[in-house]
Amino acid sequence: MTLLQALFLFLAAVTLGAAIMVVTSPRLVHAALWLVLTLAGIAVVFVLLEANFLAAVQVAIYIGAIAILIIFAVMLTRRVMTDSGPQVNRNWWMAALVALLLFVGLLGLLLQAPQLGQATLQPLTNADAQLEDLGLALVDVDRYVLPFEVASVLLLAALIGAIITARPPDPKEVGE
Amino acid sequence: MGDPFGAIGQWLLDLLTGWGLAPALAAVLLKFLGAAVLGTAVLVLTFFLIWVERKVLARLQDRLGPNRVGPWGIFQTLADALKLVVKEIITPRGVDVVVFYLAPLMAVMSVVSLWAVVPLAPRLIGSDINVGVLYIVGMGAVGTLAIMLAGWSSNNKYALLGAFRSVAQLVSYEVPMVLSLILPTMLAGSMGMVEIVEQQRAVWFVALAPLAALIFFVSSIAEAGKAPFDLLEAESEIVAGYNIEYSGLVFGMFYVAEFLHGFTISALTAVLFLGGWLGPWADQFPLLGFVYFAVKTAVVYFCVIWIRGSLPRFRIDQVNSINWKLITPVALATLAVAAITDKLVPLLGWGRLPLHLAANGLIVVVTLFALRAYARSARRKLDARLDALHRRAQPASSTSGAH
Repeated sequence: MTLLQALFLFLAAVTLGAAIMVVTSPRLVHAALWLVLTLAGIAVVFVLLEANFLAAVQVAIYIGAIAILIIFAVMLTRRVMTDSGPQVNRNWWMAALVALLLFVGLLGLLLQAPQLGQATLQPLTNADAQLEDLGLALVDVDRYVLPFEVASVLLLAALIGAIITARPPDPKEVGE
Repeated sequence: MGDPFGAIGQWLLDLLTGWGLAPALAAVLLKFLGAAVLGTAVLVLTFFLIWVERKVLARLQDRLGPNRVGPWGIFQTLADALKLVVKEIITPRGVDVVVFYLAPLMAVMSVVSLWAVVPLAPRLIGSDINVGVLYIVGMGAVGTLAIMLAGWSSNNKYALLGAFRSVAQLVSYEVPMVLSLILPTMLAGSMGMVEIVEQQRAVWFVALAPLAALIFFVSSIAEAGKAPFDLLEAESEIVAGYNIEYSGLVFGMFYVAEFLHGFTISALTAVLFLGGWLGPWADQFPLLGFVYFAVKTAVVYFCVIWIRGSLPRFRIDQVNSINWKLITPVALATLAVAAITDKLVPLLGWGRLPLHLAANGLIVVVTLFALRAYARSARRKLDARLDALHRRAQPASSTSGAH
């Protein structure tokens, strides 16, 4: 076993352990913090795969935006220091089923990967060119421009929705 | 003399392999050593920076500043640090202990780790990753997280209020900061910090994108929580903000992180927009490049302190309006206009510099007209409200006059 493999196994164990803690820790803020550790673990996996761009994006978006928003929402809406409600509700088996299906689906997808059978994998060459290719693929009409645009429209809709929700009521309707 | 830093690295590598270490292991050890040296150097530099900031601030306010310990009070920070170290670290009752002590570590980490991608001199950089700009954004997020955790885990309402303010401010100012970071990336055609410096050989990006430089500077001052954006720790309103419950060395870590952050944003501004280590003969003598970098950083840092000493603190609504109504739209416009302008350069055959300057000038003019229109409408609304109040008060005053 090489050092890299050992590192990966350790990292995977930490990530999975943290992921389990996300759903088992009684305090919501703690759960959010474990989520940060999980996401950070995935970022380090990207680094091990020499996917610097994905690692940086993982940290900037998932830790920088999503985790902070989750923690902020929890802090604003709950009694922050004492909140420890029940962990599961009636629908827990449905969530478990969805998680299981997702896992099986991803596993099936990964097993179809063409490089899986090869004993030694080709090391990544020219990471910059691949990054450029990713960027071009997102604006290429023949490739991923449609999903990309649909995603941006979805985000725009969410943005407008947030503005409308947060808007103070019209003073004319309420009266001065 | 051509490459002193590379020579030192090679000498150390030879030394380690000479002791019988495998070359791969020696290289890894050297990476760790480099990280330790860089991190320590930056943290030790903070002692000096705190003294500089206090001294300059004092002069701006017509005071003497620290002047008792050592010549010109230069050892004052050492004395303060010693005091902080020997002070008892109190863990208040009801805090979330692990998170409570994790937060200051993360605060220092987020700032120190930024230095990994700052090119200090030709061929001297912690790590030339190809996504340096994104790395800066990601590490800034860790700092935000640290402040929020500190505020939450302290089990103190003022600390929590400070944390809320910090998130409102840091998260919203991240938007224009990221937008303005795209411009050097676009102009250089790379997200790597070394490449960005190299591409500024012809002309610094501050000349090609003056508005983006200004937006980056302002929004990173807000990110660092420096005055006039120091609402995170408004003493008169929320006592001290997120770090209220911290004492001794743990408080010192927040203090160090804050001061170092002010200097770090200056270094980043120098690298991204002022050409970093570029200057005459910097290629032949890397040490000279380091001096150029240090001078440029010092100039920007002086401006940061100058602004801090000159401007009063914004109100929270002003902070948000400035960001969402002025800086972010202008940043978006700058980005779009710069993208189009850069494509127009080969078509029109004019120089890159005049075209970009003209585009920036256009944005400035449009922004000023928009601001004037906004100010007029705001004034008109205010007048109308005052009139209404006046009219409502009129009958009351006439009856009171009859008595």
